[in-house]
Amino acid sequence: MTQVDLQMPSGGQAVASPHAHGGNSVRRTMLQVQVALVPATLFGFWLYGWPAFFLWAGTILSCIAWEALSLRLAGSARVRPTLLDGSAVLTGWLLAMTLPPWAPWWVALVGGFIAIVIGKQVFGGIGQNVFNPAMVARVALLVSFPVSLTQWVTPMPLSAVAGPDFVDGLRIFLSDLPMPDAISSASLLGHVKTELSRGVDMAAALGGAHAPASSWLGVRPGSLGESSAGLILVGGLFMIGTGLIGWHLPLAMLAGLAIPAAIASSVDPTRYLGAAQHLLSGAAMLGAFFIVTDYVTSPNTRSGQLLFAFCVGLLTWVIRTYGGYPEGMAFAVLLMNAMTPVIDRFFKPRILGRDRRGKALDLPDSERG
Amino acid sequence: MDIGKFLRKLSGKDWGVHPDDHKRPAADARVRALPIPPRVHLMLSQHVGAPSRPVVLIGQKVLKGELIAAAQGNISAPLHASTSGVVSAIGEIAAPHPSGLSGMAITIDTDGEDKWIDCDPVADPFALSAEEIARRVADAGVVGLGGATFPSSVKLNLGRRSSIDTLIINGSECEPYLSCDERLMRDRTDDIVAGIRLMLISTGAKQARVGIEDNKPAAIAAMRAATSGHAEIEVVSVPARYPMGSDRQLIIELTGREVPADARAADVGVIVHNVGTAYAIQQAVCLGRPLVSRLMTLNGAAAAAPGNYEVVLGTLISELVAFTGGTRGEPAKLVMGGPMMGMRLPHMQIPVVKGTSGVLLLDGYEAADSEPDPCIRCGSCVKACPMGLLPLEMAARIRNDALTDAVDLGLKDCIACGCCAWVCPSRIPLVQYFVHAKGELSSQDRAKLRNDATRKLAQQRQERLEREAREKLEAAARRKAERAAQAAAAAEAKAQTKTASVTEGESA
Ligand code: SF4
Ligand code: SF4
Repeated sequence: MTQVDLQMPSGGQAVASPHAHGGNSVRRTMLQVQVALVPATLFGFWLYGWPAFFLWAGTILSCIAWEALSLRLAGSARVRPTLLDGSAVLTGWLLAMTLPPWAPWWVALVGGFIAIVIGKQVFGGIGQNVFNPAMVARVALLVSFPVSLTQWVTPMPLSAVAGPDFVDGLRIFLSDLPMPDAISSASLLGHVKTELSRGVDMAAALGGAHAPASSWLGVRPGSLGESSAGLILVGGLFMIGTGLIGWHLPLAMLAGLAIPAAIASSVDPTRYLGAAQHLLSGAAMLGAFFIVTDYVTSPNTRSGQLLFAFCVGLLTWVIRTYGGYPEGMAFAVLLMNAMTPVIDRFFKPRILGRDRRGKALDLPDSERG
Repeated sequence: MDIGKFLRKLSGKDWGVHPDDHKRPAADARVRALPIPPRVHLMLSQHVGAPSRPVVLIGQKVLKGELIAAAQGNISAPLHASTSGVVSAIGEIAAPHPSGLSGMAITIDTDGEDKWIDCDPVADPFALSAEEIARRVADAGVVGLGGATFPSSVKLNLGRRSSIDTLIINGSECEPYLSCDERLMRDRTDDIVAGIRLMLISTGAKQARVGIEDNKPAAIAAMRAATSGHAEIEVVSVPARYPMGSDRQLIIELTGREVPADARAADVGVIVHNVGTAYAIQQAVCLGRPLVSRLMTLNGAAAAAPGNYEVVLGTLISELVAFTGGTRGEPAKLVMGGPMMGMRLPHMQIPVVKGTSGVLLLDGYEAADSEPDPCIRCGSCVKACPMGLLPLEMAARIRNDALTDAVDLGLKDCIACGCCAWVCPSRIPLVQYFVHAKGELSSQDRAKLRNDATRKLAQQRQERLEREAREKLEAAARRKAERAAQAAAAAEAKAQTKTASVTEGESA
């Protein structure tokens, strides 16, 4: 039997039907996701100033550069179309959203390398990777450079006089100076974790700037694009509305996180964070709408997706509550990414005219009598 | 979004796709008849089953409706002259096939008179017996006009034999661009209803349900009005989504019954016929007119005069295009049938056949050809597949030549509807994979059959040789035994003589 290269049928045209197309394309899909990211991203720029913008641009550029380099080295004939499909940009963008807003240039460079080269191209490029590239990079960075990756800045909006201007921003991005104490701060989850370990009780730990209301708004220390739950929700609803993603994945992930949180905090509110704090802090919202919904690394069927996303939520709660890392989402996603092929094997749609195991249905003799 | 659609989305039963239907303005244009072309080419194989066998000679004069090729075998259909004229050739011409294969056809030089044979109208068709109706349908060469082209009489007889309770009339016309069925339902409503009543008699079904997509309100209204006096016929408005007109999907929508895999619609008490077929059956039974012409849609952005045309079978597509004012720009794709399941044609010198529901001249924008990207596992194809398959996984297996794995995933259940390829953002020609794999499988099956046959022959030969050798040995043994017996007998005789002589001597 001959191996047919149907990826590129002779003459570039398929002879088989259909002869029309719905008009969707990889590029369009990626662009729409990027549009959905815009509100939260702009808010991040406003909140954390120019350094955040440089980090964002730097991470994206680094991803594009690494993608181009690996395609060139692999001798790909499709360097241009692959770069233009926008997937590297999206990976870089998503990674930047999860980074501390004042992270220096080498975080962008190394992060891009891990995401694109190790997270994606090693597996064979777009569509082949098992793990979410942005999460691979995020976790690898966090494990390797725990100090740099947990330097949160106190929000100082662009409008504020004290914030760094364009040149200062560039200097911060390029210089890797240790952050002055005055502007560094802990994220909510990190803060709670340390306070609890110091024996402070939950109500006291949650005082002041860490109230849930500020989480909806997002004026608080945190990653570049994770701060404003409300704006991420806006982007997420846009994607659901345009049919880009289903509602199943986000809802299941948030449920997986909220249900154990609600139960635990109602049992012992002094030791466990409530559902609202869990949902509104860290990468929960970003994860629910932009990370677990990643096409490549999530299961194909609706039931599989529900299970997958619920487990991500559940694991996030477990890691946040009992594990060493307050930001558990990335770990949870990677763990479940590894399970995706298994889930896909067990959750298949029912074929019409067959039962779940693939056996043809019985003829309805009795029914017609 | 209406509530039904929303609920379907929630429950995950949202199979299929919602392409722009592109039906208007073509569907609202008045039907025009194409003038008789100078020549018609009637393909001998324009139905499912054995090709028909020519019964005319070159040079013979024929009238419109005269039998020119007879059915052969159980599943076949006869062919009739589509207009009057002289048979000028019987031979190969370019057939409706994507790679421009040729096929046998009878060519008639038309005389322009379009003179009918004496038809045999029936005064009270509804008094005919079921068998008689089926016979007249068979004689008229009526086949499924929705595109399946299965001989209709075979289906009618099958229905009578397998206790059908519901006759489903497919007026969904879910393929975009096409509107010939809609036109027929609006213009020949009463004839279609008569055809449905005849089919009810012939199949023995108690009720008929006509499914029409809700994007054709005028057709629904006309059919409702015409069936108001017939309680046994119900016109149902079904949601417009592709492939609503596929048998299994329409049966579920109209009866709630799911046809088991590897079974036929008749096994769940249902039989499906197209509205065009109902019309052709009425013409055949009531008027005695064989199927010699059909209504077809010309559409697409490169068509100069989109609309529906009454065309005699065997007319070249180039004639239709020329009559309608040529093309608007160079068409990027020429398609016979609908854009989702139709057949791409290499050129226009191809005749209209019984199953030709339309011809599309698509411009570059509509044809939307572009190079495929790698699969991004977006799952759109899974959501769209009306059969519940995993197109991306099947394609991946086929790409790796793991055909048995693809079959395990349900390749044989694929109806080639094209939903998956239509939604795929990477524009992977998924249906091409499936068609290729099915072709590969059937040629493997054929090869296996051949191998089996060869092996059997070889085995027979071996057995024969062994038998012959055995027989030879046995014969030799027999001969040896005979010779031994003879020798023994001779020796005995000799001995006896000797003894006798001895005795004699003794006595002497
Ligand atoms: S896999 Fe087959 S049945 Fe399913 S959408 Fe594709 S062509 Fe249609
Ligand atoms: S629609 Fe195309 S890109 Fe998406 S999963 Fe299916 S084959 Fe892959």
